[in-house]
Amino acid sequence: MRRGGLSTLVFLLPLLLVFGFFSWAPIVQSVVMSFQRTNLVGPVEFVGLDNFAQVLADPLLWTALRNTVWFAVLALLFGYPLPLLAAVLISEVRHRKGLFSALAYLPVVIPPVVAVLLWKFFYDAGPTGVFNTVLGWVGLGPWQWLQDPGSAMPALVLEATWAAAGGTVIIYLAALAGVPADLYEAAEIDGSGIWRKVWHVTLPRLRGVLLVTFILQIIGTAQVFLEPFLFTGGGPANSTTTLLLLIYDYAFANSLGGDYGAATALSLMLAAVLALFSTAYFRLTRSWSTS
Amino acid sequence: MKSSAARPLPTRLATAVIVLPLLLTACGSDPDDQVGADGKVVITVAMDSGLEKAAIDAFTKRAEQFEAANTDIDVRTQEYTWTAASFTAQLAGGTIPDVFTVPFTDGRGLIERKQIADVGEQIAQLPYAAKLNPNVAKAGQAADGKQWAVPIAAYGQALHYNRTLFTQAGLDPDKPPTTWAEVRSAAKQITERTGQAGYAQMTSGNTGGWILTTLDYAFGGRIEKITGDQAEATVDTPEMAEVLDTLRAMRWEDNSMGANFLYDWAGINQDFAAGRIGMYVSGGGNYGNLVTQNGLKAEDYGVAALPLADKPDAGVLGGGTLAVVSPKIGERSKEAAVKWIDFYYMGKLTDQEAAVADARTLAETDQPVGVPTLPVVDRATYDQAREWTAQYVNVPLDQMTPYTAKMFDQPLVTEPTRSTQDVYKILDQTVQTLFTDRSADVPALLAKADAEVQAQIGRG
Repeated sequence: MRRGGLSTLVFLLPLLLVFGFFSWAPIVQSVVMSFQRTNLVGPVEFVGLDNFAQVLADPLLWTALRNTVWFAVLALLFGYPLPLLAAVLISEVRHRKGLFSALAYLPVVIPPVVAVLLWKFFYDAGPTGVFNTVLGWVGLGPWQWLQDPGSAMPALVLEATWAAAGGTVIIYLAALAGVPADLYEAAEIDGSGIWRKVWHVTLPRLRGVLLVTFILQIIGTAQVFLEPFLFTGGGPANSTTTLLLLIYDYAFANSLGGDYGAATALSLMLAAVLALFSTAYFRLTRSWSTS
Repeated sequence: MKSSAARPLPTRLATAVIVLPLLLTACGSDPDDQVGADGKVVITVAMDSGLEKAAIDAFTKRAEQFEAANTDIDVRTQEYTWTAASFTAQLAGGTIPDVFTVPFTDGRGLIERKQIADVGEQIAQLPYAAKLNPNVAKAGQAADGKQWAVPIAAYGQALHYNRTLFTQAGLDPDKPPTTWAEVRSAAKQITERTGQAGYAQMTSGNTGGWILTTLDYAFGGRIEKITGDQAEATVDTPEMAEVLDTLRAMRWEDNSMGANFLYDWAGINQDFAAGRIGMYVSGGGNYGNLVTQNGLKAEDYGVAALPLADKPDAGVLGGGTLAVVSPKIGERSKEAAVKWIDFYYMGKLTDQEAAVADARTLAETDQPVGVPTLPVVDRATYDQAREWTAQYVNVPLDQMTPYTAKMFDQPLVTEPTRSTQDVYKILDQTVQTLFTDRSADVPALLAKADAEVQAQIGRG
């Protein structure tokens, strides 16, 4: 803003106002609220760091943290490689590539709540549930899916992977389109099969995109809320209570006015941890992404 | 460090642009009346969400009748159903209707926190203010006895059952279970012969704790003991152990509880109305919801008194609904709000003309009339109101006899008073663990729940 500062500001003004009202103001208010005890109706009381201490002393915090990490690990194991695999396969197809891309993207178009309701039918734990019926054809099941503390979280990951993979597939397909064809031709002349081409050409060329999608996936899974909220409400027996769900519960589970201070305190802690993690991640991987 | 005066103008303007929204969003405003261009005061009133069209028509018609009788008031309806989560969000966000309803459990807490308006003076002017059933009126009273909220419905828990499934299972639908041993054997028989859940139970969204508390009361137990200011958790008792042992046997030995162990109130009503559940426990007046929001077939429905153990303290958990007024409206709106409460909720209980008008409107739109509830006014007024509307009753009263014949004789016990929703939330986990973990250790579960409830009510 060295030259023509005022005119620049005038052009920026609408954007600043919109961001001010809808993004920055709530963030700053959250920070303030994390040091308060308030029900948003009655008088506000400043309580210093009490909310943070209360959250850290809550045994459910560690359960939620463990569950969130478990979700993130499962999502990484299944949700991270799957879109890449799908994108590579689609890019190798010679005909109807658009159709396959559209099919891969289709779940993203379905509204998340509708998708969850749909999958609730699939996960019906009775012998007549959709998945259990299919399993029954090969003499398996019925499985408990969402009704068992051990299988509930993997079931959530399965649906979340199905729902989100399409978006990542499109990103990978776009990145794959930028890989020079002559590299593949050279590899073919050298006698490479598809997997050697993927390993020696595709993955190195996608490294930058892969590093970004990896951190986005970590941040996304750390904030998982929709699936546990709609599928299980955090159950059975807190086996799917995640950090975001715990924040929601702090704020809204008690009808007599939630503990907004604790909710915002935990939100801030989560944001701080994710910011630190992202910074460290980008510093550590800087050399990989630019080489 | 530069002083603010030394900062360039664009920087100062940018700072102002960022800070201004914060200041504006932080500003509150005093309660104010909303007045239309025609000078009418506008109030927003709660209407149950998810109603079928006929029920919406009936509600709209009542609102029009109210406006005709009160020409200075403009009534607008807003879909609203109390849930712990949405209620607090709506209240905090200022999107709650001006007149809405809450369960008895929240009355005292909302009053203490001033999260509802003090309309004590307006309520005191109502002709039946002195006739309110004292046992239910106290749920809407402040510590000084002032009535801030109007009790509009009271219930005792009951055992709802599907008569069609009973018949298919070879059970007599006119002789529902009267003991928990009979509930267990009937549930087993229903599952074996129909493939449906013989008995199901709510477990999530704090309803698991609500029903577990109901069963604890039915077996003679209590969740907490209040002595003066001291609150002691009494979850870990032989009565509660008996409850959990009974449920565990039904779940793991008989396999008669179906396959869904994450039911909340809406979910279990839906599945019961769809004929997938033989029996479940909920408020005795639940028929209205089952019909208007879940499409229950009347011929399927039966309700019985909750089986009580043969113990002196065994009782039926009772609760109810309070009509309350938003704290964010002005004086004129408060007057209008209490008039609406009087007209819509209480008129039909206390005034012949209003009772008949309400019943006729509901009957004309095929909405249930005559659902059994407990009295919120004195018994004489209650009985008289039932007589006024007798000709419009369209619910299958015969099928409700196993409940109505006993509902006034069963001892009614109020819900836990300290941190009720938090206690229920803790008990949600107890019952979810019991239903989803075959190796769950009942004594350990009870010890854990007891310690957590003690920590909660000790704080609360």
